[in-house]
Amino acid sequence: MLECGADDRIPGIEDYAIIGDCRAAALVSRCGQIDWLCWPRFDSPSIFAALLDQERGGHWRIAPLGPYSAERAYVSESNVLETRFRTASGTLLLTDLMPVTESRASLVPDHEIVRRLSCTAGDAEVEVELVPRARYGGVVPALRQAGRLGIRIECGRGVYWLRSSIPLRLGEGVASAPTRLKAGQSLLFSFSYAEEAPAVLPPLEEIPQRIDECVCWWRRWAAQAQYDGEAREEVIRSALALKLLIFTPSGAIVAAPTTSLPERIGGGLNWDYRYCWLRDASLTIRALLELGYWEEAAHFLDWLLHATRLTQPELNIAYTVFGNPMPEEWESQTLAGYRGSRPVRIGNAARDQLQLDVYGEVIDAAAQYAFHGGTLDREMQKVMIGFGRYVIKHWELPDEGIWEPRSGRRHHTHSRLLSWTALDRLITLCHQGKLEHAPVDEYRKQADQIHRQIEAAGWNQRLGSYVSVLDGDQLDASLLLLSWYGFEKADSPRMRSTYRRLRERLGTPDGLLYRSEPPAREGTFAICSFWAAEYLALGGGTVSEARDLLNTLLKYRNDIGLYGEEIEAGSGRFLGNFPQAFTHVGLIGAALSLNQRQKGEQPLAHRRESASRAEPHQKQPA
Amino acid sequence: MNWPSWLLSGFVANLALTTLLATSQGLGFTRMNIPFMLGTVITGEREKARLYGFIAHLVNGWAFSLVYVLIFEARHTVNWWFGLLLGLAHALFVLTAGMSLLPYVHPRMASERHGPQAIRQLEPPGFMALNYGYPTPVSVFLSHAAFGAILGSLYHLR
Repeated sequence: MLECGADDRIPGIEDYAIIGDCRAAALVSRCGQIDWLCWPRFDSPSIFAALLDQERGGHWRIAPLGPYSAERAYVSESNVLETRFRTASGTLLLTDLMPVTESRASLVPDHEIVRRLSCTAGDAEVEVELVPRARYGGVVPALRQAGRLGIRIECGRGVYWLRSSIPLRLGEGVASAPTRLKAGQSLLFSFSYAEEAPAVLPPLEEIPQRIDECVCWWRRWAAQAQYDGEAREEVIRSALALKLLIFTPSGAIVAAPTTSLPERIGGGLNWDYRYCWLRDASLTIRALLELGYWEEAAHFLDWLLHATRLTQPELNIAYTVFGNPMPEEWESQTLAGYRGSRPVRIGNAARDQLQLDVYGEVIDAAAQYAFHGGTLDREMQKVMIGFGRYVIKHWELPDEGIWEPRSGRRHHTHSRLLSWTALDRLITLCHQGKLEHAPVDEYRKQADQIHRQIEAAGWNQRLGSYVSVLDGDQLDASLLLLSWYGFEKADSPRMRSTYRRLRERLGTPDGLLYRSEPPAREGTFAICSFWAAEYLALGGGTVSEARDLLNTLLKYRNDIGLYGEEIEAGSGRFLGNFPQAFTHVGLIGAALSLNQRQKGEQPLAHRRESASRAEPHQKQPA
Repeated sequence: MNWPSWLLSGFVANLALTTLLATSQGLGFTRMNIPFMLGTVITGEREKARLYGFIAHLVNGWAFSLVYVLIFEARHTVNWWFGLLLGLAHALFVLTAGMSLLPYVHPRMASERHGPQAIRQLEPPGFMALNYGYPTPVSVFLSHAAFGAILGSLYHLR
């Protein structure tokens, strides 16, 4: 529960919740304020961006006037958010959602946020304030009263409509109304956006029924999850968060719905994450497949192999939801940044980077799909063989690597690992008859060469650890994935020794893990911490060690089960874009591996099948 | 009347009108989607409405071209600029009388006076369809002018 007042401070990143409709998402603060919304899709310009500038960004607040406390929760196993406000005189319940429905029989707005404020006890003064600011706070749109249709906000190529069950007063770029609610009374709101006319304006009296329908839709979706192991509630919440970041029209999954939430407060580590990174493919597909979300996994794989067609066989590191290159990066001159953390970046300059690991990620994703029983059609096979050819030609090149530093290219061990993974999976697919007309002997020759190079130059005898860069002496958390991808068993002496060094150099006393050295530039990296838990579950530690670490990490989720990109050591506060798909994929992965270990089940399909080469290295570390 | 010539010129003019309106919408000059607007007269299902509306728009355009052709025949005059003038007059009628009457004849269109109801949920076009984007009248005038000009230049009098 949080004490709030009329002069609310800037919320922490962990004070936000997400609502969405699998095409766009909004962030709602604990104080009833929508501070982030981009329509019609994740990477569109914002209409509310108070997240990045409380003054100029734009917001939509529905909250009690005066001091109150707030607590919130999602309606069980749904993405419908409820915030309960308690004031000195009464209790209010705010319900927030972006409606989703399977019904095609009725007209519904293209994009809509529905809000309902109900007084459940006593009475309370309430403030409603809509402050739209288009194009990342750069445009103050005109608000026009359109009779009983509502308030119309014409902006660019689209139109926003606000429908309200109470009359709102129009000011300069503001619609507001103070009012008083008594027990049993409710306020209803619909805020919608359309780029096609005539727009659909739903009657407000249908809102209660539509909320119920939306809750049912999410519950039905959540009920498909085939998981009954440790931390089920957290795993389902992670799956629900992941689903919100899937752009359903194409099947793409965005890394996060926000831009420029800082990895260091006041620092310049602010990036736009509203795009789809291929490096997330393999772990994401595995999470979806193992939870039983076949439709989402197949759709995502289709996107991976077809939306990237314009650049194939070369792959960019990330794409927009429709498979276009990420836009060029520019800095907003309007928005001051979260807690003054400039710059606010739109677009992402990492688009020009070379990351050789993405080929392994994509091929492994397709291989997992095939190992789980999916079929790779002839076109997909051709694409995979094209990727394999590219890997054979380019694996020896230096690249920027998984963490995308803007400091030049190096020979990253992780990139070599994924080059090996790419060829290893292609060999296995060929052996199983799922990939035809592929040069298996060449794959094997090159895979062995990469394997030998990682064993020799990726291992630092003095440190007794694998290292980030070939022949280097620094560590990064992606080395934990050597076991995940089946390169080396988790319980091998080398991996155990590497894990110990990682803990020494990148670990915190709280069980968290920084992603790379030097460790103090930013927060601890949430997915890396989950990788550590999964590494233990895979055999790097005992079941109880894995469970203990997982339980420790679960304590860092916010009150509604969400994670950002990073966690500040000590305070536990979130840093970086929020919520982060990759972190939730990490949580699901760790829980899945722990569950399989506890049940004594076979390892995950992609590792079980990756037996196309010699036994992993068994030498003793130094 | 020259029936084969009407069928051909009406088809080509209609194709141009539809393409120009769709292009205007795609480029963001207007939000107006005529097939969707017409289709929702028949059905409340969005995807079906687009399809039905597209067919209705084609039939509609052909029917209107018949009126143009009858005027050409009555005046014994046919050329591109006369067609263009008829197109502009047609657009003016659509934007003023047509659009203002729409909320009363369209079964799913709301009005500012009554607000949205269970069935009537569609945003009304307003004067000159300005609710669908300020450049909408320009796009309607241009597309109808092209419709008339093509009809006028392709149709041959009997």
